[in-house]
Amino acid sequence: MALMKMKFTQQRRVRLAQGLWLLSWLEVMCGVLTFCLGVYLKLELLRRAEVMDNSEIHIVPNILMMVGLASIAANWIASRVCQDALDANRFPPWKPFLLAWYMVVPVLCNLLISVVILSYGLQGRLEESLKVGLRNGIRFYKDTDVPGRCFQKETIDRLQMEFRCCGNNNYRDWFEVQWVSNRYLDFTSKEVKDRIRSNVDGRYLLDGVPFSCCNPASPRPCLQRRLIDNNAHYNYEYQTEELNLHPRGCREALTDYYMEMLDSTGPFVLSVLLVQVSVFVSLRFLQTAVEAAMSLEDKEGDSEGYLLEKGVKETLEDFKTNILKMLKFGEVEPEAAAAADKAGDATEKAADPAPSS
Amino acid sequence: MVVMKMKFPFQKRVKLAQGLWLLSWFATVAGAVTFALGCVLKTELLRRAEVMDDTGIHIVPNTLMIAGLASLGINYFASRICQDSLDAGRFPRWKNFLKPYFAVSCFFTVLMLLTVIMSYAMKGSLESSLKVGLRNGIRFYKDTDTPGRCFQKQNIDRLQMEFQCCGNSDFKDWFEVQWISNRYLDFSSKEVKDRIKSNVDGRYLVDGVPFSCCNPSSPRPCIQYQLTNNSAHYNYEYQTEELNIHLSGCRQALVNYYMGLMNTIGAGVLSVFLLQGSVLVSLRFLQTSMEAVAGKENIEIETEGYLLEQGVKETFMQYVDPVLKFFLLKNGVEEGDPAATTSAAPA
Repeated sequence: MALMKMKFTQQRRVRLAQGLWLLSWLEVMCGVLTFCLGVYLKLELLRRAEVMDNSEIHIVPNILMMVGLASIAANWIASRVCQDALDANRFPPWKPFLLAWYMVVPVLCNLLISVVILSYGLQGRLEESLKVGLRNGIRFYKDTDVPGRCFQKETIDRLQMEFRCCGNNNYRDWFEVQWVSNRYLDFTSKEVKDRIRSNVDGRYLLDGVPFSCCNPASPRPCLQRRLIDNNAHYNYEYQTEELNLHPRGCREALTDYYMEMLDSTGPFVLSVLLVQVSVFVSLRFLQTAVEAAMSLEDKEGDSEGYLLEKGVKETLEDFKTNILKMLKFGEVEPEAAAAADKAGDATEKAADPAPSS
Repeated sequence: MVVMKMKFPFQKRVKLAQGLWLLSWFATVAGAVTFALGCVLKTELLRRAEVMDDTGIHIVPNTLMIAGLASLGINYFASRICQDSLDAGRFPRWKNFLKPYFAVSCFFTVLMLLTVIMSYAMKGSLESSLKVGLRNGIRFYKDTDTPGRCFQKQNIDRLQMEFQCCGNSDFKDWFEVQWISNRYLDFSSKEVKDRIKSNVDGRYLVDGVPFSCCNPSSPRPCIQYQLTNNSAHYNYEYQTEELNIHLSGCRQALVNYYMGLMNTIGAGVLSVFLLQGSVLVSLRFLQTSMEAVAGKENIEIETEGYLLEQGVKETFMQYVDPVLKFFLLKNGVEEGDPAATTSAAPA
């Protein structure tokens, strides 16, 4: 009982081959686009690699690039196959390739589905990674003289200006960290000594933020120091002031930015998947129809194409027995030895009764 | 005295027609590219229109767009003409069209070259326009509550951050202007009263700059206020400090940006000009060599093609004479009338 049997006249076979050729070239283009999309995502993630703690999110662009390349190769083979499909001499050599092709393409489709799932599922991990990365960036902001960390200040400043954000969760993160280097602190001044004594670790903490937190849209020249002291500035109330600094935290800004990018790849990946599945199904129909036609006397007659020769269950059982047979090739010698012993016993038994009789 | 006479056997004529057809399609694409480049330049100039005082520089992208569109038409007709050129029946109908066509095409092709020259010549005009525009922007920086000027602060801030510049010529421009609005000044404080009394106009001047002048590459947290006071900050010397704020002025930064853009566009337009010129020259050779074949039974004879029938000067006079005669004729009539009346009066 074949799965999804369909009649194919010669005309229909020709049309199927032509349509499939076009479709597989379309899928090759989609493969190129998928690869380029993966490269673009990877570059965007690498640009901000300094404020990310781990690179787990990189699995999404990596899979996209791999699938893109594999899909280009697989669909190019599909297009060659349907170019040769209607030629009885050139079609048979493709058979082993086709079997391998039928195994590889479902793997690619699964990878595409996993990309869509991962791009939604990894949001939490991305946020964690940014949280730790930004916390380190803010902590090492002042270390412009330490090799390996000397660009943290510039990185964080440019990040805050470009993404219009301040600090990790909000601007108060800067209050908990010493972000002014000791090189620029006058330790003889009373103010510095007071601040250093005011906390256990001896850090110079202030209720101020770097200049990159300033919001250009504010009607007032930026207030950066003594932010929670209403008396320090004329006509200022920090509880109601909204425009002076960027309101968002950089973690939220970056997460939104990357999630938007990943979300917009979702529909594209799903449409690539759809085209790939239709290429797969059409190629199977074409292969079975052409093979059936080649075994007829009238090569131009009607033939039947199907997805699976037997039903799904029987095909799986056949597949299982084939695999087991292949595995049992290793056990041929012990079986042969056991058979030889049994034969030896049988001859002994036959020999024994003979003397008694 | 003919300009650039060349012999054209039949085979060469055919090859010329085919090559010209292909070349004219390339030139069409190049014309579209010129139009696009004009649009790009216009968009970039409009983006910073708020810090420019006048729009004199806009003549460059406008001319580019016109030349690009005209080039599309010119090359379309060139391809039609050379399609018909080898057909003795269809070529004669283009006869009357070709003279004005060449005049118009030469005009627009030369216009492209003029655009490139103009883009260099107008550097001074651009610079003075930016000077006035930036000066106004800095003066009206504090007027965030005045309708029509309320976005100056944001524009200047974003400009200084994007182009990494400070002030008009340099950061000292901010010292001469009150850039802090009176709404945020405590007039009862001694410091504010001292500063206001210290100058004739009663402005609150500080030796400080807005936050957008700060340089992110500085190893030190940004120093914005009391810039010329070495003792106000620990381990600070303003004479030798280079990284704290952007040192270049926004006028220089913007002029460099636009000159760079126009140089790149100019290189592209020059190559389009060369392509267009070669199309016109080839078309002229094809026309003159095909005209010699007209009316003959054997079309495969060898003919001569040339650029201009008479010399350059005579051809120029040929085109310009009708225009001059038109004006001269007017003058002739006016001179004639008073002479007629004066001669009639005494009579």
